[in-house]
Amino acid sequence: MLGNVRTLILTFLHAFQSRVTVQYPEERPYLPPRYRGRIILSRDPDGEERCVACNLCAVACPVDCISLQKTEEQGRWYPEYFRINFSRCIFCGFCEEACPTYAIQLTPDFEMSEYNRQNLVYEKEDLLISGTGKYPDYSFYHVAGVGIPGKERGTSEHERPPVDLHTLLP
Amino acid sequence: MVTFHLDGKACESRPGLNLLQACLEAGANLPYFCWHPELGSVGACRQCAVRQFSSPEDQTGRVVMACMMPVTEGTRISISDPEAAELRESVVEWMMINHPHDCPVCEEGGECHLQDMTVMTGHHTRRYRFTKRTHRNQDLGPFVKHEMNRCIACYRCVRFYRDYAGGKDLAAFGSHDSVYFGRAEDGTLENAFSGNLVEICPTGVFTDKPFSEVYTRKWDMRGAPSVCVHCAVGCNIIVNSRQETVRRVLNRYNGEVNRYMLCDRGRFGYGFVNAPSRIRTPLLRVDGQHVSVSEQDAMAAFARFVGDGKIFGIASSRASLESSFSLRELVGEEQFSTGETQQAQNCMDLARTLLQSHPGHIPTLHNMESADAVLVLGEDVCATAPRLGLALRQSVRQASFHAADEANVPRWLDEAVRTLGTDCPSALYILTPAPTDLDEIALESSRAAPDTIARIGFAVAHLIDPTAPAVPDLSTSDTGLAQRIATLLGTAERPLVISGMQYGSPALMQAAANIAAALARTKPQAGLSLSLPDCNSMGLAMIGGVPLEAVIDKAVAGEISTLVIMENDLARHLDPVSLSELMNAVPNVVVIDHTASSCSERADLVLPAAAFTECVGTLVNQEGRAQRFFPAVVATPPVRPAWRWMTAIAPHCAEQKPRQDLVNWEHEDDIMAAMGRGIPALAGAVNAAPGSSYRFHSGKIRNETSRMSGRTVIRSHVSVRDQPPPPSPETPFRNSMEGTYGPDLPGALIPYFRAPAWNSVQSLTRFQQEIAGPLRGGDGGVRLLRDHSPSQPGITEDVTTVYHYGADIPPPFLPRNGEILLLPETRLFGSEELSMHSPPVVARSSPAVLRLPETDVRPDRIELRIQDVSYLLPVQSMPGLAHGVAVYPAHMTIPAFAFPRLVPLNAIKPDHTDGGAS
Repeated sequence: MLGNVRTLILTFLHAFQSRVTVQYPEERPYLPPRYRGRIILSRDPDGEERCVACNLCAVACPVDCISLQKTEEQGRWYPEYFRINFSRCIFCGFCEEACPTYAIQLTPDFEMSEYNRQNLVYEKEDLLISGTGKYPDYSFYHVAGVGIPGKERGTSEHERPPVDLHTLLP
Repeated sequence: MVTFHLDGKACESRPGLNLLQACLEAGANLPYFCWHPELGSVGACRQCAVRQFSSPEDQTGRVVMACMMPVTEGTRISISDPEAAELRESVVEWMMINHPHDCPVCEEGGECHLQDMTVMTGHHTRRYRFTKRTHRNQDLGPFVKHEMNRCIACYRCVRFYRDYAGGKDLAAFGSHDSVYFGRAEDGTLENAFSGNLVEICPTGVFTDKPFSEVYTRKWDMRGAPSVCVHCAVGCNIIVNSRQETVRRVLNRYNGEVNRYMLCDRGRFGYGFVNAPSRIRTPLLRVDGQHVSVSEQDAMAAFARFVGDGKIFGIASSRASLESSFSLRELVGEEQFSTGETQQAQNCMDLARTLLQSHPGHIPTLHNMESADAVLVLGEDVCATAPRLGLALRQSVRQASFHAADEANVPRWLDEAVRTLGTDCPSALYILTPAPTDLDEIALESSRAAPDTIARIGFAVAHLIDPTAPAVPDLSTSDTGLAQRIATLLGTAERPLVISGMQYGSPALMQAAANIAAALARTKPQAGLSLSLPDCNSMGLAMIGGVPLEAVIDKAVAGEISTLVIMENDLARHLDPVSLSELMNAVPNVVVIDHTASSCSERADLVLPAAAFTECVGTLVNQEGRAQRFFPAVVATPPVRPAWRWMTAIAPHCAEQKPRQDLVNWEHEDDIMAAMGRGIPALAGAVNAAPGSSYRFHSGKIRNETSRMSGRTVIRSHVSVRDQPPPPSPETPFRNSMEGTYGPDLPGALIPYFRAPAWNSVQSLTRFQQEIAGPLRGGDGGVRLLRDHSPSQPGITEDVTTVYHYGADIPPPFLPRNGEILLLPETRLFGSEELSMHSPPVVARSSPAVLRLPETDVRPDRIELRIQDVSYLLPVQSMPGLAHGVAVYPAHMTIPAFAFPRLVPLNAIKPDHTDGGAS
C-alpha cells in the first residue's frame, strides 16, 4: 500500500522534471567528436589518401565487415577498393584504433538508414572524404622510411640522408 | 640422447646440436635471427643470449649465445634469466634504432620474424631520439623487391645466396652501421634461387615482387598444400589465394624433398593460372571460328564426337594421375596414348626400368645432399631439375663436414666448417655437352657429345666392375677421365650417379645405371637418379600407353574419328609436318586443357580444365614419389578438373565399352581406388596424402587462418547476403577459418605454417619432429619405386630383381664438316611450357639463340634446315661447348624437332638479313 503510493508520487514528480526525450529529427542531440558513427577514410594534409591498405582495420574488425585490396603507385600504397558492409558494422571503433595512419575514422553521423540493405555496402568513393578528419597534422609518409614521389628517401622526419656506399670514410 | 636443464626443467636432446636448436626443439621460445637450420650458426645477431651455469651449485653462470654453444649432457641454462632477457631486449632495441616506421607498407608485415622476435623479447617503446640511417634501394629484377632500410644485418641473405646457392652477385658492402646487402649495381639477381631470399630474410628487405602487386596479408589468404608442376623434382609448395585468385607460392617443407628451398621457376612460375591464356569457357569451332558455348552445348558436341566411336585419347606428362587415368578409362587401354614421341617414351620407360632394377639406393633430394662423390652424366640438372642442382651443391660440402668431424668442430658452426672446407677437394664430376652452373664447384667438368659421354660412362662401369661391358676403341684422354672418375666413385661411401633424358639419349641413362649398379655391388648406398622432363613423367610412364607415332599411323589409316587431347600441346612433341598430318587425318579433335596452346587453337572443341591450383591431383616425381596437390581456388564452372569432363561424358558412350567405373566416380578417392585396381604399380599412390574422409582431431582442417578478414563483406558488392563458404567434398579441408589445425598435421596436409608467437615461416620448427628433420605429422608423399638399399627397410620385400648391365654402347661421335649435332638447350626460364605464361618468368627469360662452339667462327645469323624447313637463327658462340655440337632452346621460336639430329648449317651472307623462318 505504502509502496504503491510512493510510486504514484515519484511518477507525479517526474512530470515537473526536464525532458530527456529529444524531438528528433526537428531537434538534434549534441554528439561529441569522438562519437562512433559512420566510418570515413580521411586524407593527409597534402590531400592524398591516408589509407595505405595495410589491412589492419580489416583484421581488427570483429564482424569482418571491412575488405580491401592493396595496390601501389611509385612506392605509395593505396587501396584498390575499400569496402565496408555497414549492415554488419557494429561501430565498435576497433578499426580506428588499429589504423596506423589515422586514415579510418568514425564520425558523429549515425543517419545511415536505408530501405535496401544492399545500399549499406559502402565503397571507397563513398567512404573517402576530402579532409583530414580528427587528426589535422599527421602524415604517415612523412615519418615512414619509404620514398614516394615528392619525398626522396632519407628525408622523412628523424632520418639521415642515404648512406653513400662508395665513401671510404668509416 | 643427452639431458640438459632448461630453467630447472630437464629436457631431452640429441648430441651434436647447439643450445638454440635444443631449446627450440624443447618447445621454448628463444629469439634468434642469424641462425637458420640450413645455414648453421655464425653468432652474428647476438639475439639468442641465455645464461649458462657450469654446475648445479653455480648460481652466477655466464651469458652465452645459445647458437654457438653445443648441448652436452648436464648443460644447465636459463632463458628466463633477467640479465639474459634484458640483453635480448636491448639487442632488439639496437636493431630497431634504424628500422623504418613502415610496417604498414611492408610486404613482410604479419609474417615478419623481426616483428615476432620484437614481441617475444618484450621491447615495445622506442627510447632512441636521434636520426635513422637510410639506404638507397636497388632494382633486383622481376622477382625480388629490395628495401634496405629494413635491414638488421643478420647476414642471412649473403650466406644463403653466396655460400649455400653459389650466387655471385649479392654481397655485403660498407661497414658498421652502414652495412649494405645488395648488388654492385642495379640489376637482376642472377642466381636461380634468388626467390628464397624472401623466406630467408627475417624482415622485409627482400620481398616477393609479383606477390606485392596483388598483395594480401598472410592471415588473409587461403593456403593449399600443393606440388610444383614446373619440373619432375616435385618440390612441395603452398599456394596462397584470396578472392579466388592465386596470390603467391611459398615453400612447403618436406624433409625428404625440397626442404627449405625452391627454385625461382617453381616460386614464380605459377602465373599461368591467372594469365589471360587460361581457357575459361568451352569453345566450339563453328564455321572455322572458335565460339564460346555453354556447358550443355559443349557436352552435346562432346557426346556427338564420342558417339562416332573410334575414339582415341592422348594424355600428358603434365596432367595428374587422376586425369590421365580417367582418360584411359574413357577411351580404353588400346586407344590411349601417353602423348610422348617414341623416343621420349622409350627414355621414360627406360628410366623407370633402370630405377626399378637398380640394386642400390634411389636417393631422395635430401639423401643427395649427403652423397660424398657425384657423377653427373649428360644432364644439365641446373636447368632440368634446378632444386636437384642445389642439392648437389650441398653434396660438395661433404668433405668439409668430414674434416670438421675430424677436427672436432660441430657441423653447425658454419664459418669454421667453411674455412675447413676451403682445402677440401670437391667430389663432383660433370660430363655434359654444354657448360652448366655446377662446373665452378666440380672437381672436373668435361664437354663432349652425348654418345661420347655415354661411352665414358660405360667405361667407368667397366672399370668399377669388370663384368660390366667394356668399351672398344676409347680414346686415351677419355680412358684417363674414366679412370679418374672410377677411382673417385670407388673410394666414396655414398656415391651418386645422375643422368636424365634431357638429350634424349637412352645410352646416357643406361651408362649411368651401369655405373650405379657396379658401385652397388660393394656399396649398398650407391645412388642412381634419373632426371625426367615433366612433373608427372614418371606417373605417365607407370600408366603407359602407345606413343604419338602410333597415333599418327592409326589416324592416317582412318581408325580414329575423335581424338581427345588432354593437357598436352602436341606442338611441343611433334614436328609441324607430323602434327598437321595427325590433325588433318582426324575429323574431330577435342582438347581439354587449362591453358591455350597451338594445339587448342586447332581443336574442334576445347573444354576448360582446372589448373593444379583448382583441383586435387596426384603427381609422381622422378624418384617415384607420389604426392598430392590440393585446391587453393574453387574452380568456377564450367572450369572443372579434366577427369570430371571424362565422368560427365561417360554416360553418353556407355554402350560402347564397359565404363561402369567411370560413371560411378564421384570423388578423387574413387579414381585412386580404381587406379590401384587397374594399375598395380600405382596402387600405392592412394596413400600420397590422406583421403577426403580424413579428419584431424575429428574435424575437417581449416585452410584459412583463424583471423581471415572480410568474411561478411568480400562478396557484398555482388550481394549483401552472406554466402556459405564453398564446399570442398574432395578434400579433408574446409574452405573456412573454422576447422582444426595444429603442428601435428600430416605433412601432406599443412595449409600454412603458423604457431603461437611465431607468425613467420620460422614457425616451421614447431612442425618438425626435430629441427631439419621430418615433420611431426610425417613428410608427405609415398614412394612407389622400391629402394634396395639396406637403410630403407620395409620396402625391400622383393630384392629378386637382378640388374643386367646394358651393353648397347653407341659408337663415338665424330664432328663432321658442314653438319652439326643439334641438341636442345634446356633453360631454367624459357624451356618449361607453363612457367612461360607467367609474366615475371617471361621477363627473366632471354631470347633464343643458336649456340655454337667458340672455335666455330660464325656470322650473326645462320640458316638451319630441319626436315626441309629452314630457319634463320641468331647465333652466339658458347665457350666450352663440345666440338661439333650446337644447342638451341627448342619451343622458344622453332617448333619441336626430334633430337639429337645432325643438321646442315649454312652461313648467311651479310646482305641476307630479313629475319624469321623462310
